[in-house]
Amino acid sequence: MRPFEYSRAGNVSEAGALAGRFIAGGTNLLDLMKLEVETPEKLVDITRLPLREIEETVDGGLRIGALVTNSDLAAEPRIRRDYEVLSRALLAGASGQLRNKATTGGNLLQRTRCSYFYETSQPCNKREPGSGCGAIGGFNRIHAILGTSEKCIATHPSDMAVAMRLLDAVVETLKADGSSREIPVGEFYRLPGETPQIESVLDQGELITAVRLPKPLQGEHRYRKVRDRASYAFALVSVAAVVRMDGGRIAEARLAFGGLAHMPWRDAAVEAALIGQAPSMALFDKAADILLAEAKGQGENDFKIPLARRTLKAVLADATKGA
Amino acid sequence: MKLKINGTEHELDVDTRTSLLDACRDHLGLTGSKKGCDHGQCGACTMLVNGRRINSCLTLAVMHEGDEITTIEGLGDPGNLHPMQEAFLHHDGFQCGYCTPGQIVSAVGMLGEVSDGWPSHATADVKDGASLSQGEIRERMSGNLCRCSAYPNIVDAIETASAKMKETA
Repeated sequence: MRPFEYSRAGNVSEAGALAGRFIAGGTNLLDLMKLEVETPEKLVDITRLPLREIEETVDGGLRIGALVTNSDLAAEPRIRRDYEVLSRALLAGASGQLRNKATTGGNLLQRTRCSYFYETSQPCNKREPGSGCGAIGGFNRIHAILGTSEKCIATHPSDMAVAMRLLDAVVETLKADGSSREIPVGEFYRLPGETPQIESVLDQGELITAVRLPKPLQGEHRYRKVRDRASYAFALVSVAAVVRMDGGRIAEARLAFGGLAHMPWRDAAVEAALIGQAPSMALFDKAADILLAEAKGQGENDFKIPLARRTLKAVLADATKGA
Repeated sequence: MKLKINGTEHELDVDTRTSLLDACRDHLGLTGSKKGCDHGQCGACTMLVNGRRINSCLTLAVMHEGDEITTIEGLGDPGNLHPMQEAFLHHDGFQCGYCTPGQIVSAVGMLGEVSDGWPSHATADVKDGASLSQGEIRERMSGNLCRCSAYPNIVDAIETASAKMKETA
């Protein structure tokens, strides 16, 4: 690990001005620092900031402080009752030890698990812009099938962010100049394009202070994660779903996907195709056709295209079976 | 800086890069916690911080001033074993023993989570709490790897210790 200067932010407003890399749970950042994939010169410890509350908002939603741990969030009674898809997604991720450390803000900012990103002897446009992409034409079993570019085919590894995307969560931030803003999760991430090293719309020194959930969604909540081990592994494909039935037809459907792209994936056309329809395998196939119309395998990850279809169909069949 | 470990305050002078694990092992002589992967993947370094289990290899010592840290040395000693340590002996919950301190500390932390009503990925209805089935134990302990694959006996040991700890609670 490279040497770095350590400081502790005493209050929220000074954190950005300390001009260093924020560290909270550190479960991803320190891992990457040990490998010298990340080499910050200054670390700003934000763990003492008062950002650990979960409070109700005026519009019937919840505001989750950025430092609420993944464990505490998954176990929070209001999350378990009203946002089950989020609790399920959190519990499907990492291990007990990691969830006790990892925070809500940090989880959103996880880096990819692409092995070329992790291995500094290999080319990677995300780690070293312009060096090339080792995964294209290389070992790419875990890589993206949607929204890729010729520069990068990495996936975003978070489960939590997939549920946040489905729920239309809003990220609240404070910039180094003291101004604050709100960013819907749907506008928070960037596709790799020509600049895969830029993963979110956050500016330098901009601190995530909270993530806000709109009021709860009625219906069946599901989070299905397909992975190489039964526990403690990243998703090959994951599907988050909230489906509300009315009179034997799908009244409302929200779907978000993990393991498929550089960011949690959501496709309004897939959801629109389901609304007002009676559930059937033919309908679910049509939804998968829309989702995967532009899907492109890279060789080793070709299996993700049929796997995403099957997982989506299984989740929809399960979520609508009571109708 | 100061670290409070197993109830004792220690003064130490460490590089900012020092992990909590290395601070304990290399600076304070507390070598019970093991370094397996050093990347949070194996769980051999598990410690309790303010009662919650974490991977001590993935956190910096300087971030833990003021925290209550418990290592395997703080759970029991040879003359006065913790029920979880006793149960691992009784059930032969190990072969080489390298993962064992992490398994035991993790299991103690895990039982605390269960008694606080936390659900897991294996919980059928997350709105309810969970009872401690073998499936629940396996899911909740998935962050602790055992390359000797002593898992069946580890799970049995945790079941036994859990019952005993409930009796005495």
